[in-house]
Amino acid sequence: MADLVSHSDEVKIVSRRFGQGAANLDRYLELDGYKAVQKALSMQPDDIINLVKNSGLRGRGGAGFSTGMKWSFVPKTAPKPKYVLCNGDESEPGTCKDRLIFEHDPHSVIEGVMIAALAVGSQAGYIYIRGEYRYLSNIMQKAIADAYARGFIGKNIFGSGRDLEIYWHGGAGAYEVGEESALMESLEGKRGIPRIRPPFPAVVGLWGGPTVINNAETLASVPHILLGGAEWYAGLGTPKNGGTRLFCLSGNLNKPGVYELPMGYNLKKMIEEVGGGIANGRKLKAVVPGGSSTPVLLPNEIDVAMDFDSVAKAGSMLGSGGVVVLDDTTCMVKFALRTIKFYQHESCGWCIPCREGTDWLKKTLTRFHHGAGQKKDIDNIQYLAENMLGRTFCPLGDAAAMPTIAFVKKFRQEFEDHLDGKPCPYEKNVAEPALA
Amino acid sequence: MKFSEEFEKRFADMLTHYPTKRSCLVPTLLYAQDEAGYLSDEVIAELAGRLELTELDVRNVISYYSMLTTKPRGQYNVQVCTNIACMLRGGEELLEHCKKKLGIGHKGTTPDGQFSLEEVECIGACSWAPAVQVNYDFHENLTVEKMDKVLAGYQEKK
Repeated sequence: MADLVSHSDEVKIVSRRFGQGAANLDRYLELDGYKAVQKALSMQPDDIINLVKNSGLRGRGGAGFSTGMKWSFVPKTAPKPKYVLCNGDESEPGTCKDRLIFEHDPHSVIEGVMIAALAVGSQAGYIYIRGEYRYLSNIMQKAIADAYARGFIGKNIFGSGRDLEIYWHGGAGAYEVGEESALMESLEGKRGIPRIRPPFPAVVGLWGGPTVINNAETLASVPHILLGGAEWYAGLGTPKNGGTRLFCLSGNLNKPGVYELPMGYNLKKMIEEVGGGIANGRKLKAVVPGGSSTPVLLPNEIDVAMDFDSVAKAGSMLGSGGVVVLDDTTCMVKFALRTIKFYQHESCGWCIPCREGTDWLKKTLTRFHHGAGQKKDIDNIQYLAENMLGRTFCPLGDAAAMPTIAFVKKFRQEFEDHLDGKPCPYEKNVAEPALA
Repeated sequence: MKFSEEFEKRFADMLTHYPTKRSCLVPTLLYAQDEAGYLSDEVIAELAGRLELTELDVRNVISYYSMLTTKPRGQYNVQVCTNIACMLRGGEELLEHCKKKLGIGHKGTTPDGQFSLEEVECIGACSWAPAVQVNYDFHENLTVEKMDKVLAGYQEKK
């Protein structure tokens, strides 16, 4: 449903079947579908894990942890069943890539889950899709049913003597459920509240069994790695950042869209060339490089390679691949407020620094934006956010605090311009040209 | 409490997917809500009974998820995203326009019960912003004019 775009710099791996009708199983088979899982069946589990490790594939959900490494943490033998859980609760603002995978290539996710299951010795996988994505859940439910009907999943897959069940699951509206431990709680039929770690899911996860949790894009990348090889995949990106990823370009760009680019692609080029530059002849003001939880970058900070390590060095995070571009009419106080309003709404309330911290940040920023802020509030905002860092059960607290600290540090003048009961000095610029 | 055949088939199927009955609760609540319009006391009691939970267990889960509601909504729930990517491209103006056009506020319902309005968080349409979901249907790259057409389309459907 969502429009597809393309650019000559794209390297289409995960998106190679987009627009090809591959949700249809026969079409998927024509396009090399289910070949990778058959290859995996002929391999030793450790060899699969090593292959994925060597490919440099890192979690596309945001944290960027080595996928092969994650799989290697699952114990070989366990008293309880092991599970693979695909995280398709995509909801980090700025991120809209898993949607395209589910729509155009659902079987690649199924195949990725299967390969992960073979690698860790699991016999059941779950594909969790957020509740808002009902049309995608329908596509996935059909894809799973089709794969069962053909005998690709279920008992004795591909005559290997191995049984492997794949199930769909659905959410009902909650950002927090995208956090891995809250995701498991939700799948178990509970409120999506994070679990304390350790124990980590790889050891104690779903219903107490060892569980591998990977983002949908991560899993959809795996079949391509099995067929193309670790070296090929690693070579597409930068050292320790293998492959390509789907970058979701949004905001004040001429050509927003989801583009698959090599890891390490230059951010400035991504904005100016792939995204077609800033719309309406305006100037670039700031970029949120990896979803709303990542610290904002200034125009002089964007000559950076978009891989996990380079963006970290530049003081932000590659995150979930959501590149949100802001033009010079944006009020940063308002932008900070909208960001924090989201985290305040989505905080599950389980731990105090996050619940209270996001609420006070929202209150303070609201006051500021309405012209009732005081100078000491600027420091207060930063102090509050810094005191949330690292003090919560799950990363939601950090996700709210990190961008807030960056907004205050990098746009302090703009906060000061809101002082003394003045109306927002930037607001007038925001309203008028927003609708093209 | 009577659900459709499709619901019953899916529910029976889901019960075989998990080691615990409770695990099918979240998606089941949403499918039940789609059929009943909202999660009434009757629906809650029915699902609690089927999954061997207390009604309180079910209510605790309902109150956590933003798509679940224990109050009736309009036939078409207009969900306008105003999160950052949509905000930059006019999501707030769209919301204001819908408020005026429908004569209702956030979480309000028109007197004829046809429309509800909701300001929602990111719906995963950032590259096609501003975006709105009406029930489960996405409407993207919107302007005020396009939004009027979207609403008119639903109005005609009745």
